[in-house]
Amino acid sequence: MADEPVIVIGAGPAGTRAAQRLVQAGLRPVVIDENDRQGGQIYRRQPENFHRTPEKLYGTEAAKATALHTDFDLLRPHIDYHPGTTVWGVSDEGLMTVCGQDVTIVPFSRVIIASGATDRIMPVPGWTTPGAYSLGAAQIALKAQACAIGQKPVFMGTGPLLYLVAWQYLQAGARPAAVLDTSALSTRMKGLRRMASRARVVANGVRYMADLARAGVRLHAGITPRAIEASNNQVSGVTWCDSRGRLRQVSCDAVGIGYGLRSETQLADLLKCDFTFDPCFTQWRPHVDRNGRTSRPDVYLAGDGVLLRGADAAEAAGQLAACAVLRDGGHGVEDTEFTQLHETLAIMNRFGRGLAEAFPWPAHLARALPDETVVCRCENITAGEIRRAAGELDAPEMNRAKALTRPGMGRCQGRMCGLAAAEILAAARNVPVREVGRLRTAAPVKPLPLNCTVKS
Amino acid sequence: MPALFRRVAEKDRKTIRLFVDGHEIEALEGDTLLVALLTRTRQLRHNEFDNAPRAGFCLMGACQDCWVWTEDGTQLRACSTPAQPGMRITTTEVPWLTNL
Repeated sequence: MADEPVIVIGAGPAGTRAAQRLVQAGLRPVVIDENDRQGGQIYRRQPENFHRTPEKLYGTEAAKATALHTDFDLLRPHIDYHPGTTVWGVSDEGLMTVCGQDVTIVPFSRVIIASGATDRIMPVPGWTTPGAYSLGAAQIALKAQACAIGQKPVFMGTGPLLYLVAWQYLQAGARPAAVLDTSALSTRMKGLRRMASRARVVANGVRYMADLARAGVRLHAGITPRAIEASNNQVSGVTWCDSRGRLRQVSCDAVGIGYGLRSETQLADLLKCDFTFDPCFTQWRPHVDRNGRTSRPDVYLAGDGVLLRGADAAEAAGQLAACAVLRDGGHGVEDTEFTQLHETLAIMNRFGRGLAEAFPWPAHLARALPDETVVCRCENITAGEIRRAAGELDAPEMNRAKALTRPGMGRCQGRMCGLAAAEILAAARNVPVREVGRLRTAAPVKPLPLNCTVKS
Repeated sequence: MPALFRRVAEKDRKTIRLFVDGHEIEALEGDTLLVALLTRTRQLRHNEFDNAPRAGFCLMGACQDCWVWTEDGTQLRACSTPAQPGMRITTTEVPWLTNL
């Protein structure tokens, strides 16, 4: 399919920079994006009739957001842009997409997948109650819709996003009731060594924490979540154990939960790319070389969809993957461009590892989840059901467990529960989490409308 | 019924009207269906397995926990569907035979 176009999936920081580099080389890429407006999640655009300034929306990152949006708008005449379009499957002829009710097969010569990430979730009793959202959701509500998820939300989990979102809520006049972080202060200090490579980013984080503390928002470190409490089918509080093991409670009307991110890897899986276990982020991801080449010669990956390094790294990785596509396709790309991007990304790699060390995924919480806690929120599969698959039914890995007691079988395909379910299975079998593998992807990767029609 | 979400800015937009479970509601131009509903009420739908109320979770099209339906049976992800004037939405699933 050498005559077919290069396709870029995703129009966030990685996808935008990839498309831009391809256009610079004289190509006309096809850009397919699930969102109606370009920008991805972190630089998500508000609807056109909203008026808040970029400074209000993106804070310290306003200039980067504006540049990414403006550059994309300039690209528009030079690309085939398909917003509101989801790639849901793969056939011999190309990628299967859906826009509204129209299904189309899009052939490609090479594809750069920049599919981004979602929040990584550790379930907690009560997390299906209305008012409990992912941290990313709390941020999207504010940024894209000018809404707070509640009057006095609690933000619980770990990672830098916890403090950024809490700070954004404070600025918006919805003062958080508390920030509950599972990472201990001593753990964070260890990660700081590597994070020093990006002093400005660290300084921003420290500022968010200082502003929150000054406003009287309690920031608790080293906590153990116990439950989200409900009253009249709405979140009414959170109970947790503090770092000294004392049971604590805080009243609130909403909760934002997130423990770092998980890569969206389904399309690389459908395209049969090799996967590798990343011990730093404790999750399986597609294997890539340092330019974003996968085990398949026509598939390239960039951004948080393969390596969780944030938006700045995604911009560089998108450009780099495009350079690899161009070079592999016989276009001239200077070595110095590769070298410069590698140098930029080396700093991001070190920083990303520091973050993962400072705000570790609290895998141990999976072991302690009560049997009756819902893990799969699609089908209400409990921790106890997963443990039954591990023990009585002797499932050695996730796909077997899924077949037997259905964790990950629901319509989100394990996006919300898969990583936690793997930890529960691994804990129940007393094996490292890598040994229970990962959920295999099945098409359609997102539900299709019942009345969709195939267009030729 | 108290609402789940609270508007904190951008309140001076044009008002639009749509119908949810047969009742007319007011929303603002540019709202997603999820926001149009949750600034009025506390839930979007009921889980198929325990019938407990749900109000979405990820807001980025991944969790599939914010489905609502048009009265003629088209399923919509409320978090990524713009609210349009005159839409007729139901928060309970329309029997699937009617939407083919």
